[in-house]
Amino acid sequence: MSDIHALLLCVAALLATGPLAVALNRWPGATRLCYGATLLLTIAAAAIAAGRLFGDAATPLTITLPLGLPWLGALFRLDALSAFFLLVINLGAAAASLYGLGYGRHEHTPHRVLPFFPAFLAGMNLVTMADDAFCFLLSWEFMSLASWVLVMAHHRVDDNARAGYVYIVMASFGTMALLLAFGLLAGPEGGYAFAAMREATHAPWLAALVLILVLLGAGSKAGLAPLHAWLPLAHPAAPSHVSALMSGVMTKVAIYGFIRITFDLLGTPAWWWGVVVLIIGGVTAVLGVLYALMQNDLKRILAYSTIENIGFIFVGLGLALAFAANNMAGAAALALTAALFHVFNHTLFKSLLFFGAGAVLTATGERDMEKLGGLIHRMPMTALFVLVGCVAISALPPFNGFVSEWLTLQAILLSLGLPQWGLKIAVPAIGGLLALAATLAAACFVRLYGITFLGRPRTAIAAEARDVDLWSRAAMGILALLCLLAGILPGFVIDGLAPVTQYMVGARMPAQASVPWLSIVPIAESRSSYNGILVFIFITFSSLLAVAVIHRLASRAVRRAPAWDCGFPDASPALQYTAGSFGQPLRRVFGTMMFRAREEVEMPPPGDTSPARLQVSLRDVIWDTLYAPLANLVLFLAGHLNRLQFLTIRRYLGLVFFSLVSLLVVLALWS
Amino acid sequence: MMSALLPDLLIQGAQMLVVLLLSPLLTGFVRKVKARLLRRQGPPLLQPYRDLLRLLRKEAVVAENASWLFRATPYMIFAATWVAAALVPTFATGLLFSWSADLIAIIALLGSARFFLALAGMDVGTSFGGIGSSREVMIATLAEPAMIMIVFILALIAGSTQLSTVAAFMQTPAVGLRVSLGMALFALLMVAIAENARIPVDNPATHLELTMVHEAMVLEYSGRHLAVIELAASLKLLLYLSLIGCVFVPWGLAPVGAGWATHILGGAAYVGKLFVGGFMLAVFETSIAKMRVFRVPDFLGAGLMLGLLGTLLLFVSRSL
Repeated sequence: MSDIHALLLCVAALLATGPLAVALNRWPGATRLCYGATLLLTIAAAAIAAGRLFGDAATPLTITLPLGLPWLGALFRLDALSAFFLLVINLGAAAASLYGLGYGRHEHTPHRVLPFFPAFLAGMNLVTMADDAFCFLLSWEFMSLASWVLVMAHHRVDDNARAGYVYIVMASFGTMALLLAFGLLAGPEGGYAFAAMREATHAPWLAALVLILVLLGAGSKAGLAPLHAWLPLAHPAAPSHVSALMSGVMTKVAIYGFIRITFDLLGTPAWWWGVVVLIIGGVTAVLGVLYALMQNDLKRILAYSTIENIGFIFVGLGLALAFAANNMAGAAALALTAALFHVFNHTLFKSLLFFGAGAVLTATGERDMEKLGGLIHRMPMTALFVLVGCVAISALPPFNGFVSEWLTLQAILLSLGLPQWGLKIAVPAIGGLLALAATLAAACFVRLYGITFLGRPRTAIAAEARDVDLWSRAAMGILALLCLLAGILPGFVIDGLAPVTQYMVGARMPAQASVPWLSIVPIAESRSSYNGILVFIFITFSSLLAVAVIHRLASRAVRRAPAWDCGFPDASPALQYTAGSFGQPLRRVFGTMMFRAREEVEMPPPGDTSPARLQVSLRDVIWDTLYAPLANLVLFLAGHLNRLQFLTIRRYLGLVFFSLVSLLVVLALWS
Repeated sequence: MMSALLPDLLIQGAQMLVVLLLSPLLTGFVRKVKARLLRRQGPPLLQPYRDLLRLLRKEAVVAENASWLFRATPYMIFAATWVAAALVPTFATGLLFSWSADLIAIIALLGSARFFLALAGMDVGTSFGGIGSSREVMIATLAEPAMIMIVFILALIAGSTQLSTVAAFMQTPAVGLRVSLGMALFALLMVAIAENARIPVDNPATHLELTMVHEAMVLEYSGRHLAVIELAASLKLLLYLSLIGCVFVPWGLAPVGAGWATHILGGAAYVGKLFVGGFMLAVFETSIAKMRVFRVPDFLGAGLMLGLLGTLLLFVSRSL
């Protein structure tokens, strides 16, 4: 049995788990059985994908099943790119299943989640293996619908129904764009197999149109600005382990779609593709994190931060496109490696952080940071793991987020050789945007962690929180460990990505595992190198040395006392810094333009002892200028077209007649 | 193998000790010069050492609701800053471990230190700690991108982000006078002032709570924890002066495999650079007033734009 057979069997078993969960609806062990099954299946699939990636990734495996289009069948293919994304998907899915083993028990309506969870996983797996347009779109839509049902699992909670509505509209729009893209790629002959698209040569205008459609289709799924509006609504609405899957994994499927079409099917890129993707990516990164800084809802912050990370990945992809268009294969390999490394990293730490948010939600029932605080005392393990996630996502050494950022910056430094002026001007500006996004992300996660886990509890419920069950903690612990390992041993990840870049851009980064001391050297040692494990050892060693020396030679006495606070210790926890006040300087610096942030202070007249009031208003400029007018237009048109529902039979027949005639006229003019 | 490594290991060890031992002296020197410029006597040069020893010997008073993070943070900050400072060439280039972290990684290590310090400021749950953390991250969101832009300029000119290579390249005549380097120097000075909480961005000697940034974050610390944090702050100042020294005045740096005499000469040159740098910092600080917190973004934004402009110039022409 070859690897692709085994993978398809895993998918089939996942698909079968859903109906099984429906059948066992009343049985109390159904939750455990369902998540246990998905855990085992996804681990198996991840192992197969990893074996493929580190083994014989260069030769693709294909298989044709007698399903799908009658004259084509359902084509599946397992190559290096699919293998990498299958590994990422199933790693995230396995973690979510492990987490679900514990978290799922708190679910009030398990029958709304259990059947669709494995279906969602199966859909994502199938997208990455599909080798014809029909299969791809079917799996894509299956994935979207399964996730939509999961978003609607708690449809009676405020705003979740609206989130689901916006999500399904945007998802349909995205699929439509992809459908048109594949239609253009397939051409009039209807070559829907990917192999046929790969063979065909596409006219420049057609390729440009396809690129725009893919940016709309895959980009809206991934959360590229300004098509991101659904993401911060839908991702938080789902149960937390599903949120983790949607943010950490499903956005990666969208990136897979983008890479598959632009790098693989569309032929040689033009240089300006890089400019477009770079600018969209850079703007998305900064916008996403600025939005995140203005939120108070834990899961919504994480969802906006996903948008930032997607922007970051697209910057890497844009650089790779620009380099590939200029035949700089080595540089393209570096940029693509950086992007894919970040894909891997983001799956790890975003899943971890959503699990953490889920744990907080389980323990306190709250997602609003302003009602939390001091959880590090009540939930020590969760707090530690979330801290690791926060440090990793803030791109700080020695964790994994830093490595992918470092690689991206190294790729930017290689762009001096690009000949086109558009790229010469865009790249440094994008570099600045990336650096800004990275530091804003650090600010965002200081705020998230500081307000939620540190300080004093702001409500009674936060003061009495209990740490979550062992399964959930194990899932977080494993992901935290992987974040550290990928950060201190990045060479192995880079080597694992080599077959992917070899296949996509025709070059690979130099082999890293053989570099002495396990450093990573993207180009040459005289240019740049980084050694995560040494940095980690140095920091650990010097902090332990400092502790040992000070405790031995100086003092180790500790006295607990009330907080000093400049002599004015405030008894009420309401007087400590809040999420709103922490974000105030950043809101003033970055938000006055972006969000039209306004602050109004109402001071009572002198002598009056009534409290002063501070009112902050923020506006979502993108929603106001893009979505709201569009929605109004649709409403307006629908209102007027509504009259068509109340015509007489005579007029209906006339309408049919005129449509037929106009279609025939079009056909006559066309040919 | 071991015998070949030994001299390198010794030099690396010496560098680690030198930065650790010199940094309080630099702080004391800056304070002394500032005091003399204000016609005060000023504390003795060795006062920072005495302060550190006194703090180390005292018991640490920790707030009742402080978590483990509060107690661990000082050591983590110290370790990250020390490692970063040990990787910047001071008296010699080509240190044994200099390849383990390039300039970007050094900046990021300082970023890690700041991340934890900002968290520690929020740990006890007081308003002053929060105000310090919140302003610190606001300053960082502008200072760090500016720093990355400076790194871009240096890396594009020298063709490397490796600090040793950059320093070696800066000693060759190929550098010449460049507009972009001038911009980088200006931007780096602005960033260094902001990062080290110096006037006009922050005041290291302030005792007025509402104007504090760095001092507000560490308000709850005492005893050995405070000592370690102060030492880390001195190390950071030394790091930035070393960085400016090794990139913009790289003369005297001992190259790889040089003899003892060259190293001693490099050490003397380094002390000289610190002396001049510290003096200029003190003069600058006494001649300018502290700015309001919300003027800081303008100040750092200018640094960021300078860095961006310099990078853009290099993309336009490699000789600018």
